[in-house]
Amino acid sequence: MSEILVLIDHSEGTPRKISLQMLNAANQVAATTGDTVAAVWLGEGSADAAATLGAHGAAKVYAWDSEDANAFVTLPKVEALQSIIDGGDVSAVLFGSGNHTKDVAARLGIRVDGGVITDVTGLDVEDGRLVATKEVFGGATITKSRVAAGKLQIIGIAANAFPVVETGGSADVTAIDVTLSDAAKAATVTSVEKQASADRPDIGEAAIVVAGGRGLGNEEGFRLMEELADVLGAGVGASRAATDAGWYPHRYQVGQTGRTISPTLYIGSGISGAIQHRAGMQTSQNIVAINKDAEAPIFAIADFGVVGDLYKVVPKLIEELKARKG
Amino acid sequence: MKVIVPVKRVPDTAGDKVIDEATKTVDRDAGEAVLCPVNEFAIEEAVRLKENSGAEVIALLIGPENAQSTVRKALSYGLDGAIQITDDAIAGSDALGIARIIAAAVKDEEFDAIIFGNQSTDARTCLVPAAVAELLGLPSLTYARFMEVDGDKITVHREHEEGWDVVESTLPAVVSVVEAINEPRYPSFKGIMAAKSKPLDVKSLADLGVSADEVGAGNAAATMYEFAPRPPKEAGTIVEDEGDGAAAAALADWMQEKKFV
Repeated sequence: MSEILVLIDHSEGTPRKISLQMLNAANQVAATTGDTVAAVWLGEGSADAAATLGAHGAAKVYAWDSEDANAFVTLPKVEALQSIIDGGDVSAVLFGSGNHTKDVAARLGIRVDGGVITDVTGLDVEDGRLVATKEVFGGATITKSRVAAGKLQIIGIAANAFPVVETGGSADVTAIDVTLSDAAKAATVTSVEKQASADRPDIGEAAIVVAGGRGLGNEEGFRLMEELADVLGAGVGASRAATDAGWYPHRYQVGQTGRTISPTLYIGSGISGAIQHRAGMQTSQNIVAINKDAEAPIFAIADFGVVGDLYKVVPKLIEELKARKG
Repeated sequence: MKVIVPVKRVPDTAGDKVIDEATKTVDRDAGEAVLCPVNEFAIEEAVRLKENSGAEVIALLIGPENAQSTVRKALSYGLDGAIQITDDAIAGSDALGIARIIAAAVKDEEFDAIIFGNQSTDARTCLVPAAVAELLGLPSLTYARFMEVDGDKITVHREHEEGWDVVESTLPAVVSVVEAINEPRYPSFKGIMAAKSKPLDVKSLADLGVSADEVGAGNAAATMYEFAPRPPKEAGTIVEDEGDGAAAAALADWMQEKKFV
């Protein structure tokens, strides 16, 4: 029986939401193929995380509980995965389509002669092989891709494409030991600068994202966005116009050259919806637009639009939402 | 010091993007094709290395003969020359296939750094820089929001969801940059004129020692084989606010109905 490996993305000892979503995706595939779902935990903290991974569908956890996993750039993770793949029977590797994990996938793809597909929003099985659905050109085109026969399937899952499902299971933990090559130690991580707000979810993972654009007019406008976000437990994003103006940090930029997000609810204020922005949010399940220009292209993709002054509408919305929460 | 900047010719984002029915690849001749906007940040970083430490900067482009305008555009920022890989057998290559061609093209160039844009605006896989690094056995210092070269040492701030990692290695290394890294300049008139006479070395796969059965659609490890336009979305509810913000109540009602509250 083959294994589907799920590379667990984690922060501060806790699996990120994408990791639990990937375990569900792997289980859906395994229901057809009969494969075993095995989580791969690279870094310290595996003992505490194993129960969570088991409860979300991992039958097994490969754990390399070593600070070396994150002390060097990318290659320790590649070599850990490679050691599992070389020593076992692996049909597919799932990874979260985040910046740094895409590098792991690319290098692994070359090392093991696999095929890599990123940003996958759906998985089916045909003749025992994966069929990956992926949306391109900012969600305007829906495509199907596959990895060539005989090659390891290395599949990057998009955030929020699969729900988190608790299976209530438990996982067997297999400790692995990885001897890093000299090349893997060539680039060192000397420090990690955490800038993200601890009390707001990452926009890639958040169920609700509140985004602000040029129409905010100034940096202060983002305090209003944050206030709205905090009523909803949402993350805060920005259009490129707003990050270029220096009103909000670049890593919150949603769009073609920034983050691609797919929340269940996106609320854009003062964002016209240029194609570059739509490329990063068009696949959101529900889109709300607040803009004073009735001709703004974002209204064409909005499920609910308010034509009006955001500085009048958003404070009122915050009031209304607070009242409804009671 | 020698720096190579791989660049890509992509469909203009604002224009129509067309997938060729027969080849199932992006038809780059259907709309207006441009230098990938993300490449401008890589070029700017390379030009700064040229200004600060006299680096020689070479652009590298994979594409058909008519992509030469894109090469000249890249050169107009003040680069020293370019390599263009042109071969019919390349069509339909996946990201790892393209990485194999780039790695083969640069391996004898004695470079100190390769600086990519972190992604192209059409395919957006982000896979090529790290795959090239793997093929060359070099560190992949990607998603740089800051980079600094000091002698043979390079420091990069690698952006991620929560901030960035400060990483360092010795050169040579493969770097990719995100747009937060700099404010690209515009090409000068002098640069645009000079670009026309900068050396352009056109090579085939055979020149690189790459066999046609390693690349192209038939040898891609990952293939997109089916595509369809997204079904049109139903028109949403649009309400007009009277200037007092009262329309927010209708929005709040809708959000409550959808169970977001």
